[in-house]
Amino acid sequence: MLARILTLVIKEFLALMKDKRSRIVLVGPPLIQMIIFGYAATFDLKNVPYALYNEDRGAVSRELAAAFDGSPAFTRVVQVTSNKEIAPLVDSKRVLMVVHFAADFSAAMQAGRSGALQVIVDGRNSNTAMLVVNDVRDIVERFNREWILQHGGSQPPAQIVTRAWFNPNLESRWFFLPGIVGIITLLVTMLVTAMSVAREREQGTFDQLLVTPLRPVEILLGKTLPGFIIGVGEASVIILAAVFWFKVPLLGSLFTLYTGIALFLLSGVGVGLMISSFAATQQQGLLGAFMFLVPAIILSGFATPIRNMPQLVQDITLLDPMRYFLVVLRGVFLEDMPFHLLIPQFWPMALIGIAAFSIAGWLFRHRMY
Amino acid sequence: MSSYMRLRGLVRKEFFQIVRDPSSIAIAFLMPMFLLLLFGYGVSLDSEHVPLAIVIEQPGADTSDFASAFHQSRYFNPAIYPDTHSAEQAMLAGDVNAVVVLRRDFAKRLRDQEGAPIQLIVNGVDANTARIVSGYVQGAWGKWLERYAQQRGQKFEAPVQMEQRVWFNSELRSRNFLVPGLVAMIMTLIGALLTAMVMAREWERGTMEALMVTPLSMREVIVGKLFPYFVLGMGGLALSVSMALFLFDVPLRGSLWVLVATSALFLVTALGMGLFISTIARSQFVAGQLALVATFLPAFLLSGFIFDIGSMPQVVQWITHIVAARYYVAILQTVFLAGDVWSVILPNAFGLLVLATIFLGVTWKKSRKRLE
Repeated sequence: MLARILTLVIKEFLALMKDKRSRIVLVGPPLIQMIIFGYAATFDLKNVPYALYNEDRGAVSRELAAAFDGSPAFTRVVQVTSNKEIAPLVDSKRVLMVVHFAADFSAAMQAGRSGALQVIVDGRNSNTAMLVVNDVRDIVERFNREWILQHGGSQPPAQIVTRAWFNPNLESRWFFLPGIVGIITLLVTMLVTAMSVAREREQGTFDQLLVTPLRPVEILLGKTLPGFIIGVGEASVIILAAVFWFKVPLLGSLFTLYTGIALFLLSGVGVGLMISSFAATQQQGLLGAFMFLVPAIILSGFATPIRNMPQLVQDITLLDPMRYFLVVLRGVFLEDMPFHLLIPQFWPMALIGIAAFSIAGWLFRHRMY
Repeated sequence: MSSYMRLRGLVRKEFFQIVRDPSSIAIAFLMPMFLLLLFGYGVSLDSEHVPLAIVIEQPGADTSDFASAFHQSRYFNPAIYPDTHSAEQAMLAGDVNAVVVLRRDFAKRLRDQEGAPIQLIVNGVDANTARIVSGYVQGAWGKWLERYAQQRGQKFEAPVQMEQRVWFNSELRSRNFLVPGLVAMIMTLIGALLTAMVMAREWERGTMEALMVTPLSMREVIVGKLFPYFVLGMGGLALSVSMALFLFDVPLRGSLWVLVATSALFLVTALGMGLFISTIARSQFVAGQLALVATFLPAFLLSGFIFDIGSMPQVVQWITHIVAARYYVAILQTVFLAGDVWSVILPNAFGLLVLATIFLGVTWKKSRKRLE
């Protein structure tokens, strides 16, 4: 039996690797995408272009404007002198924000009253707008504290001292990179499995496979192992990239991490094979792969928290293996989470994998054309 | 036979192929409906009812006054803990997202000169949520401060008061920007999925040679392949836009014809990319792999849909220029939320035009070469 499976595995590897283009697609893009996406996926704003509209001639507004210029988040690209100029700048996206000081800003501050700072933000991307507002608030907050220290004034009776666990500088890249490891691992399993059975069906070689002495379980194993082996290999490479290229701390144990990877690949390869054996043509296989991949990524909690979703959608995410894998990845990478705390994430992936394999095996036999 | 007649024959054949394999129709209509429903309702960046632990080491009038500021806020779902240790355990287990600690001497130090420290611990793993939560905590703190001062007949005013105005989406409703972005995402998938296989299929089955011995020129073959899928894709677009407007109440502040015209241009670009993939891959298997790698993830991560392009490193910003969705996301967000701003629409439409020309040009060239 082992020898039979081995021959099938070798044949599958040959089918994947003999085509030069397929070989390139499998090896090149995942690593390149890891690097590019790793840089792209961040909520830390940098060099947001802003316009300064300063009607005030005093020193205080200049001081605060300097604080904006000194922040890596903002870059002043233009200075405006009238209200009319604002709308065209924002509309055309030349600036994302306009900072406006009214004419009496410095005078009010020096007289001990509040100075009003007006900030106009482009809300077309409301997430970016919120990040801009947060960054501005930080700058103003810091300025206020300094001002009170230097000029006296009413201290607030209580102050907030913030401490962030696991990620002291709140670097959002640390949050996204483990997620990208998960996304690309899932993509690779789809690349290998989603069209493999469909191709054989379309070309008629699947019928031949069914009349060989290979039992469906053996066919299943033969189709699974290549995806599994390639998946483990590529996951390891991109994890190395995350740790050594992007310097994301990997605090937890490799054993826990690889348990998660193995179970995730089990479920990913299982779903891929299930899609593939359901499809009659490769086009259907590709469609199926997208119909799984896109929701699996968007609903996994990668970019938007699952807790924000309505209850019904939260229930749907329970079927998404990515959801569990992301918890494992982030937990092991950043929190040094021990094995036993991740067991609630491990068993659903195993369950999804087993269910998908059973359906795929059943479809092998019962879906014939 | 005129060119028109020849083309009509090919278009008819493609239409038959579409109707026979229901997956094309599923791509154009079922997929956008399914994805928009799921994401339109499911995906949101608006955090509300954040579970929060408030540690009160010594309960008193001041601490309960402070905690009430959180109970009143719709952003929080506070739970009171007697000591820091149990609250930290709750955060490790993921039951709460942040911990606010009021020390034993809170009431006493409130009356001191330097004031009482309030400790806020956030879980930095999800840095974005952590920042949002700490912003919310600051907001609740500010409200409490105002009330606290008022009750004592004092007036506490921050030296600089910030007043923010968010244009185009004043209540920061994340659905207003996510839904147009999703439309771009879905159109990318429709375009590329529809055509990624068609040329490769003809090559694989050997019918390409058959097509080539007909009087059809290569340009006619490409047009004949594009046209039926273009019609199908525009149907999918009409469906997506109607859902955005009527189901999700996203305002359309620009004009409809601009939306339709730029969408048609984007669809040609996306279909062109599919044909391009199909032509360079030559086998359906490889074409499918390429489509998986080259369409969804770049459109998701490099288009400005979620992540601000301006904050990416320069090299990555250059790379985003070959992602068609980037131009379309900018156009859609502007036409939906801001209006017909030509200084945004024209350059981005030009970008789409350039990409479409490249994709279709290479497809045409590569297909012709093989004839010789």
